[in-house]
Amino acid sequence: MDAFDEMRGPKGMVAAAYQAIAEWLYATPPDLLDDKRREAEILFRRIGITFNVYGEDAGAERLIPFDIIPRALGPSEWAKLSKGLEQRVRALDAFLSDIYHEQEILKAGKIPVGKVLNNDLYRPEMQGIEVPGGVYVQVAGIDVVRTDPDHFFVLEDNLRTPSGVSYMLEDRAVMMRLFPDLFAKAKVAPIDHYPHELLRTLRSVAPAHAGGDPVVALLTPGPYNSAYFEHAFLAEEMGIELVEGQDLFVQDDAVFMRTTMGPKRVDVIYRRLDDEFIDPLAFHPDSMLGVPGLLSVYRKGGVTLANALGTGVADDKSVYPYVPEMVRFYLGEEPILQNVPTWLLERPDDLAYALDHLSELVVKETQGSGGYGMLVGPKASKQEIEDFRAKIKANPQGYIAQPTLALSTCPTFTDEGIAPRHVDLRPFILHGKHSISIVPGGLTRVALRKGSLVVNSSQGGGTKDTWILEE
Amino acid sequence: MLSRTAENLYWTGRYMERAENLSRLLDVSFRAALLPAADANPAADWQSALDILGITDAYKAKHGGINQDSVIVFLTLDTSHPYSIKSCIDQSRENARTLRATLSVELWESLNTTWLEMKNISRQSLLERGPRSVFDWVKERSHLFRGVAYSTLLHNDAFHFLRLGTHLERADNTSRLLQAKDRSLGALPPEGGTAYYQWGAVLRSVSAFRAYTQIYRDVIEPVRVAELLILKAEMPRSLRFCFDQITNALDALSQGRDLECRRLAGEMQAKLRYSRIEHLESQGVGDFLSVILNRLNGLGVQIGRDFLMTV
Repeated sequence: MDAFDEMRGPKGMVAAAYQAIAEWLYATPPDLLDDKRREAEILFRRIGITFNVYGEDAGAERLIPFDIIPRALGPSEWAKLSKGLEQRVRALDAFLSDIYHEQEILKAGKIPVGKVLNNDLYRPEMQGIEVPGGVYVQVAGIDVVRTDPDHFFVLEDNLRTPSGVSYMLEDRAVMMRLFPDLFAKAKVAPIDHYPHELLRTLRSVAPAHAGGDPVVALLTPGPYNSAYFEHAFLAEEMGIELVEGQDLFVQDDAVFMRTTMGPKRVDVIYRRLDDEFIDPLAFHPDSMLGVPGLLSVYRKGGVTLANALGTGVADDKSVYPYVPEMVRFYLGEEPILQNVPTWLLERPDDLAYALDHLSELVVKETQGSGGYGMLVGPKASKQEIEDFRAKIKANPQGYIAQPTLALSTCPTFTDEGIAPRHVDLRPFILHGKHSISIVPGGLTRVALRKGSLVVNSSQGGGTKDTWILEE
Repeated sequence: MLSRTAENLYWTGRYMERAENLSRLLDVSFRAALLPAADANPAADWQSALDILGITDAYKAKHGGINQDSVIVFLTLDTSHPYSIKSCIDQSRENARTLRATLSVELWESLNTTWLEMKNISRQSLLERGPRSVFDWVKERSHLFRGVAYSTLLHNDAFHFLRLGTHLERADNTSRLLQAKDRSLGALPPEGGTAYYQWGAVLRSVSAFRAYTQIYRDVIEPVRVAELLILKAEMPRSLRFCFDQITNALDALSQGRDLECRRLAGEMQAKLRYSRIEHLESQGVGDFLSVILNRLNGLGVQIGRDFLMTV
């Protein structure tokens, strides 16, 4: 499988966006790059950007490997991509609003009713509820991959509590510190204002009672969550309180923080906690993470949750194949970004095809995330394939299959020198009451193992600074 | 400010100060143990360090008899109990970990670096490198922590809670140290090198040797040491100084509210401010320090009631 390399291009010519990077790689001795790589690691460790890996010791902290060679996209590539992302988020939000109200798309027969209403991630509690500002997905992380110079495919939509934006910002900060000269040569669009844009977005969807100066807080599951660093980072950058469930309480249809000066009302909660943990009274009674009574306040409009409750039904992998249809149905437009062709294994024909071709396909759990519970056929052993076959047969509706895409590659610093490695991209889309904004950039994840297509940090992936070049 | 944030700040400050005080305590014990054999009783000096912290039983359960290296390692690196330097730095950093949005980047980085470097100190490197260089390093890191806090944090509630924790801990430590030395050195004949050396070591351990000579220009007398460490407002580790800081922080934090913790602190500050050492001496310095330690405890509890359990 010959993958498209973003720097060299199909014809082996250095792409315009990579001009500065290629010159820099050519001119910099490998030893110096290695020194800088070490320096970067020290910087990351000192800042304390670590993540916790599930399944290791509680609190075990690891660094996500950072690759010092940036990934670049040219202005026209970005223009097209960002238009496509905006379109997709509009359609997904319209879909959520629709299924929690009139359900026109189901009536029109565009999506099977059961797919939505029997989905575990559909929240009947949200039926008929008006969300402040009419927005469900304030923050989306859409994973896209490239296979050639002209095509971006959406791999998955992350509409619940997408993470990774802190790496986008810190990767840039470290890169600018290590290689200031490089930034003097290339016109890289700035991304530092992301936290500011996020705060603006969150404030725009405050309930009406909050007036002109709404109080926003970030709700985290706490220091042992894998993304805790990011929660703290964003709260700090936005200058808002970082709260845990125990810091909040509900009284008289309002949510309050416990402060040294007594209770303080909260208007918008940017929650980085999954739906089923936000309120022990409504979901898991034994969970200590949420706030008892929060759901009831939310349903009465006393507080905004961002993202809204119940957005998971729109990013579920079994609903994913219908997103292009949503774009046509709600916006009357043709989708700018394409989906990866997907077989739904609950369909007998699709299942039969997939079982015959497991060694060529990527199979994912419909509700899985983080690269856990997935099979990459071409890289799997016979035994792994057989084990997966048994799991699929036992529960076909739990899986989807996709062709193994030839993900594009970028030059990456490896043990064997600079070599191409597969990458994906997660841009972050902010959807406020009046506008959608996308900071020009995103998180590039790179599969550091040779030939590997799995970019998740929990599976040995690293990150790169992502440059969007200005005209 | 969130009550939980305030609590974490308070303990971040307390634990960092405690780490520093532990190295000071170890330093004074180390100095005392260097006395010529005829005058010295090293086991008693190390025993006294454990007694001040109230962890003699925990030590003996683990190591049996008193042995210099074992005590040093126990109080520096052993994380099976909360009174080692390493445990304190772990705790300070653990509390700060949840404060990432409140602390300045520099303050977090400084604390995180201390924690990372502490992790690299082994029993072997501690004893080989010389424990006193490690104690000096801990003091430096603690000074750096306070300096970075002073010059990078907003001087708002976050700063005041940090300061509150720092000075409560320091007052507690100075009281304990002085009480223990008053007990163990009180019987020494005032003339002769031993008393001078021992009290000198106490002064050095709280960075007060030079201050003493500047203020008193005299031989070291226990009663003057007590005066310096209890009543002198200009001496940064004295009880008076600590209480000036505590009342000042509480004034800023109470924002006009009439809080019980402020009243308690004010009462103690007044006592320190208007007492004379002769008077305290006739009452018994040790007894006075017992009262202070008791009150400090009560003050800590009341601060919790007034700020941390407001709902």
